[in-house]
Amino acid sequence: MNTRPGNSLIGSPVERVEDLRFLRGKGTYVSDFSLPNQLHAVILRSPEAHGVIRRIDTSRARALPGVHAVITAADFGARPPHIPLRLQPLPELAPFHQPVLAFEKVRYVGEPLAVVLADTASIAEDALELIDVEIAALPAVTDRASAERGDSILFEPHGSNRALVWTATRGDAEAAFVKADVVLKERFHIQRHAAMFMEPRGFVADWNAETQRLKVWGAAKVAWTNRRILATAMGLEETAIDMVELDVGGGFGSRGEFYPEDFLIPAAARIAGRPVKWSEDRREHLMCANHARDIEINVEMALAKDGRILGLRGMCYSDNGAYLRTNGSVGPRNVAQFMSGPYKIENIHLQTTMLTTNKTPSGTYRGPGRFETDFARERLIDLAAKKLGMDRAEIRRKNLVADADMPYPLATIQPFESVTELDSGDYHAVFDRCLKEFGWDEKSALQGKLIDGRYHGIAVGSFIEGGAAGPKEDARLALETDGSLTVHLGSSAVGQGLETIMAQIAADSMEMSFDRIRVLHGSTTHVTEGYGSYHSRSTVMGGSAILLAAEKLKDKIRECAAARLGCSKDDVTIDAETVRFKTTSLTFAGLGAEPIEVEATFYNKKYTYAYGTQAAHVSVDVGTGHVRVHDYLSVEDVGRMINPLTLHGQAIGSIVQGLGGTFLEHLVYDANGQILTGSLADYLMPTASDFPNIRSITLELKPSPNNPLGAKGAGEGGIIPVGGIIANAVANALSHLGVEPMELPLSPPRVWALIDAARRAKR
Amino acid sequence: MIAVTTMKIEFEVNGKAVSADVEARTTLADCLRYDIGLTGTHVGCEHGVCGACTVIVNGAAARSCLMLAVQADGEKVTTVEGLSNDEALTPLQASFRKHHALQCGFCTPGMITTAHALLTHEPNADEERVRDVLSGNLCRCTGYISIVEAVLDARVAYGSKGE
Amino acid sequence: MKLAPIRYAAPATMDEAIALLGSCDAKVMSGGQSLMPIMAFRLATPELIVDLKKIPGLDQIVIDDQGVRLGAKVRWCDIESDGRLAQANPLLAEAIKHVAHYQIRNRGTVGGSVAHADPASEMPAIAACCEAVISVIGSKGARKIKAVDFFISALQTSLEADEVITEVLLPAWPAGRRWGFQEFARRRGDFALAGIAAFYDLDGQGCAANAHIAVFGASDRQHRLPGAEAALNGRPVTPETIAAAASAASAEVDPPSDIHAPGEYRRALVETLTERALAHAAK
Ligand SMILES: Cc1cc2nc3c(=O)[nH]c(=O)nc-3n(C[C@H](O)[C@H](O)[C@H](O)COP(=O)(O)OP(=O)(O)OC[C@H]3O[C@@H](n4cnc5c(N)ncnc54)[C@H](O)[C@@H]3O)c2cc1C
Ligand code: FES
Ligand code: FES
Repeated sequence: MNTRPGNSLIGSPVERVEDLRFLRGKGTYVSDFSLPNQLHAVILRSPEAHGVIRRIDTSRARALPGVHAVITAADFGARPPHIPLRLQPLPELAPFHQPVLAFEKVRYVGEPLAVVLADTASIAEDALELIDVEIAALPAVTDRASAERGDSILFEPHGSNRALVWTATRGDAEAAFVKADVVLKERFHIQRHAAMFMEPRGFVADWNAETQRLKVWGAAKVAWTNRRILATAMGLEETAIDMVELDVGGGFGSRGEFYPEDFLIPAAARIAGRPVKWSEDRREHLMCANHARDIEINVEMALAKDGRILGLRGMCYSDNGAYLRTNGSVGPRNVAQFMSGPYKIENIHLQTTMLTTNKTPSGTYRGPGRFETDFARERLIDLAAKKLGMDRAEIRRKNLVADADMPYPLATIQPFESVTELDSGDYHAVFDRCLKEFGWDEKSALQGKLIDGRYHGIAVGSFIEGGAAGPKEDARLALETDGSLTVHLGSSAVGQGLETIMAQIAADSMEMSFDRIRVLHGSTTHVTEGYGSYHSRSTVMGGSAILLAAEKLKDKIRECAAARLGCSKDDVTIDAETVRFKTTSLTFAGLGAEPIEVEATFYNKKYTYAYGTQAAHVSVDVGTGHVRVHDYLSVEDVGRMINPLTLHGQAIGSIVQGLGGTFLEHLVYDANGQILTGSLADYLMPTASDFPNIRSITLELKPSPNNPLGAKGAGEGGIIPVGGIIANAVANALSHLGVEPMELPLSPPRVWALIDAARRAKR
Repeated sequence: MIAVTTMKIEFEVNGKAVSADVEARTTLADCLRYDIGLTGTHVGCEHGVCGACTVIVNGAAARSCLMLAVQADGEKVTTVEGLSNDEALTPLQASFRKHHALQCGFCTPGMITTAHALLTHEPNADEERVRDVLSGNLCRCTGYISIVEAVLDARVAYGSKGE
Repeated sequence: MKLAPIRYAAPATMDEAIALLGSCDAKVMSGGQSLMPIMAFRLATPELIVDLKKIPGLDQIVIDDQGVRLGAKVRWCDIESDGRLAQANPLLAEAIKHVAHYQIRNRGTVGGSVAHADPASEMPAIAACCEAVISVIGSKGARKIKAVDFFISALQTSLEADEVITEVLLPAWPAGRRWGFQEFARRRGDFALAGIAAFYDLDGQGCAANAHIAVFGASDRQHRLPGAEAALNGRPVTPETIAAAASAASAEVDPPSDIHAPGEYRRALVETLTERALAHAAK
């Protein structure tokens, strides 16, 4: 595949096209979009975590002036549609699919019970208070212990709260543990938190009864898949539905998955015969959009005396919440499959049990399963170094996968078998570069030092970031009659600067100027099929599709030009938006009477693996348990950068999200399954004053062999090892007390409690 | 004094006199977005924490979700649209673009209005002050570093003498 | 999260305001920075909002020989920008720096904060520490309430439903007074997990006298810590005295647990923060 384009824009810090509208307040996010005559939808949500629905009486609500309809499960026949899985659609998970409206039982606080349609959102909210709901409460299942006890079961026919076990294997773990000189065994826990993008979700749906067509605004991430699910649920042809992507205020894995509202709002529009608009509010978002992480990791690591890691084995328990959502398996299975990370660990037997509980269902959040697993692994490596009396950098160097070992296979996961291998990389070079840039040797003197009432500590760790999930992506290029280029793309934008990045690739591959290019993406109207943005895939997949399409388009342009210039197409050259044959030339503008169009598809079965190393310097105030981050450095090799400006932004943003998950963010439930963090005053996210000292360096050492761009999916990486590295730095700072954090978040009360317990133990 | 459930309010938005018939319960944010049609003011939480809805009321930055529209009667309100023109980006906006201080752009209007209010009053604000002031505006995408740099870099345009 | 239906009035005089407040389930609105979020969650659904915005004369900071008089409509940003307070009550000036965020500081008011009585808020802590006198007016006339009688419990005060706070007086601050203010919050501008406001004077022997130490965020209301004060009064302010006062402080609170922190953590914070506040005072 030698389609690598001439390099002028690719690799340049091109300022973004999107910014021009966003900075002026001229973006169109879904809540900015309205249709004439629209009704507003508001959703009645279960106040109970677990119970049997006895009665829903909507008569008082329907009588309120301004209310047009109240829709309940009864409006959808004997059994309302259930939402299928998008990823790992195993038949054994079918019992756990979420119904679009609670059906017979409610299983989490926030589960939709009814939809009110009214003239204004305010009136619809007034009506919520007039709906009489009777739920016979059942005991809530809120943690592993109550899930395993099984005296209260979410899905009775299934017989237990265990949904499925994932198993990752490589080599012979049992034998490795027999051979081991040293074995460590620990239990880790990563708390429930979530993507929490800033623009809440929303939809506007319009049903045209005459043409029997549906149009939905507010699509994101995976519009084509969601259209398929919606079409099935509504009994429509896929082609009868248009899904339109507007500006999107952040996704991070969570936005754009098929949620109940993805069905309810279009269905409401069809029932009401009028356009319907729904804007999620933040309270709903906190209890309805996918939660993430919430996993207990019990793992053993086997080592040889010289520090080589011989094997990993263990069992993890994922608290998946009340239903298996579209991508609810990804995190749990990744924890099992990716525990070895960038290290050469030949013998693995790791399992994850997915448990159902009466909490909001979970899904992916940036670095799904990887943030979790890296916390456990990097902690274990530091603990192993301590036990073996080894240097923490040395033990990592000893175990990193070497360039010569590439491609390096990871553990294989079952069921829904997936085999994958690390594609390329010089892990050692990046590791050493990070230590050097961080000033590891100089900062080593700080370890455990008490300065102005704070104990200082440092840590380093490495990670991999999988990207470029297949199977394929489409691009359609159209050379318009005015000589400009329109790029239609299946990839979707979630705030990552897609328009700019894709225009850069298109401009380079067509040798056109940047401002002659328009990128249209994410909506089903643009290409026949699209797969969207997840798994750090849009740049690699969409970008590669553009490269392929550009070759085709150039060919077609030569053909057109040849006809006009009366020569053979092989004699036509293209440069500077002009076609030439000998001394005659034609500009792109007016080359054809019609736009010249091509469509191309990039197929990819192999993932890319970007990789990197991060290091942290922290200090701990033992009086308050507060941890300050003095320096945080990430060095990552992404193979090839399209836009260093946006990539740097992704890296820093991702690290700060990781710091949020490490220190601040926690979705808390009580024993009755009530969510206690129901506002942004309680769910704490990083602010501008929390983490001022973050650095990121991006390298282009080893291009991916798996795509013509050589790019590796990046965009999640930064977040992945943050929890583990910070916890190690805290342990390093408090080594005199022997504090070893095993749980996140490292909130001041938790750190203080560890210090307090260690002091008591010493006494 | 009569208490009202709905009211015709008259106020100045971005230098223009406007009026709207609003319910007493309507927030200024919703009024600006849906009655006046200025959707640049974003609503990220409706309970005063995220700062996306920040507008400038009589010269001072304020959260428009924590004001009733009726409270704006007779006042002067500036939104992100009022801090923009079609010809070129303002120096503050250009600085945001240069520093890649926005990704999804949802928090951006609140950042621009807040930073504008700050630099108008305190053109010499230092990094700590900028971080302090911006701590009331959540951004999930950027990690803030580029935003702080952008605001610091824009100070000259507000008459900062430099550090 | 839309507000329940309300009626709204912005009377031009206090008499009208009081009459409106007595007429139904009404609430005063000052800065709205606490009231609006609560109404957005429909946790408060008053029938009528009485906006103080047009009532004149409540927005002044007067400094005289009685002390610092804060009108009820004085905003956080007014306190922040009033250079006189560094002399007249430096404890107040320092405490208010910790209140909320920029935009909220442009609207939130002294009267609103005191009336709202969030147990983790700064202004009531200063009121408790400084023995503030709170002036209120209602249908039964005007009265003055001592801080210690004003704050009853979390979000509960001795205000009557139709009473409006007009002023908070912080008694005069003698030159040479030593003070310290410490709070610990999860993030900049968040409500404190615990906090301490403290001052003392020095007697002829260089010993602490007239110690006032108030805690916030660690009880159901802001209140003084007599045990800690006693540990300080009449003694030279050495690290040992400070440690004794700090440990007395933590012994006399019984903080509640919530999702942000368990009670024992808050108790430990009270000790740490008392120690730091007094160390600052002694510097
Ligand atoms: C995100 C966020 C963070 C915050 N952080 C902090 C913080 O760290 N520390 C802190 O102290 N505060 C904090 N606050 C609250 C803020 O300081 C409020 O402004 C303040 O508590 C209330 O003042 P207000 O004028 O806005 O009162 P309002 O919201 O108008 O009123 C609050 C209550 O007081 C009553 N009231 C108001 N004025 C009077 C009066 N004159 N007489 C009688 N009753 C009256 C009202 O009826 C209402 O019950 C925060 C708020 C938000 C939204
Ligand atoms: S919408 Fe106003 S602060 Fe979040
Ligand atoms: S740019 Fe997305 S929230 Fe700030």
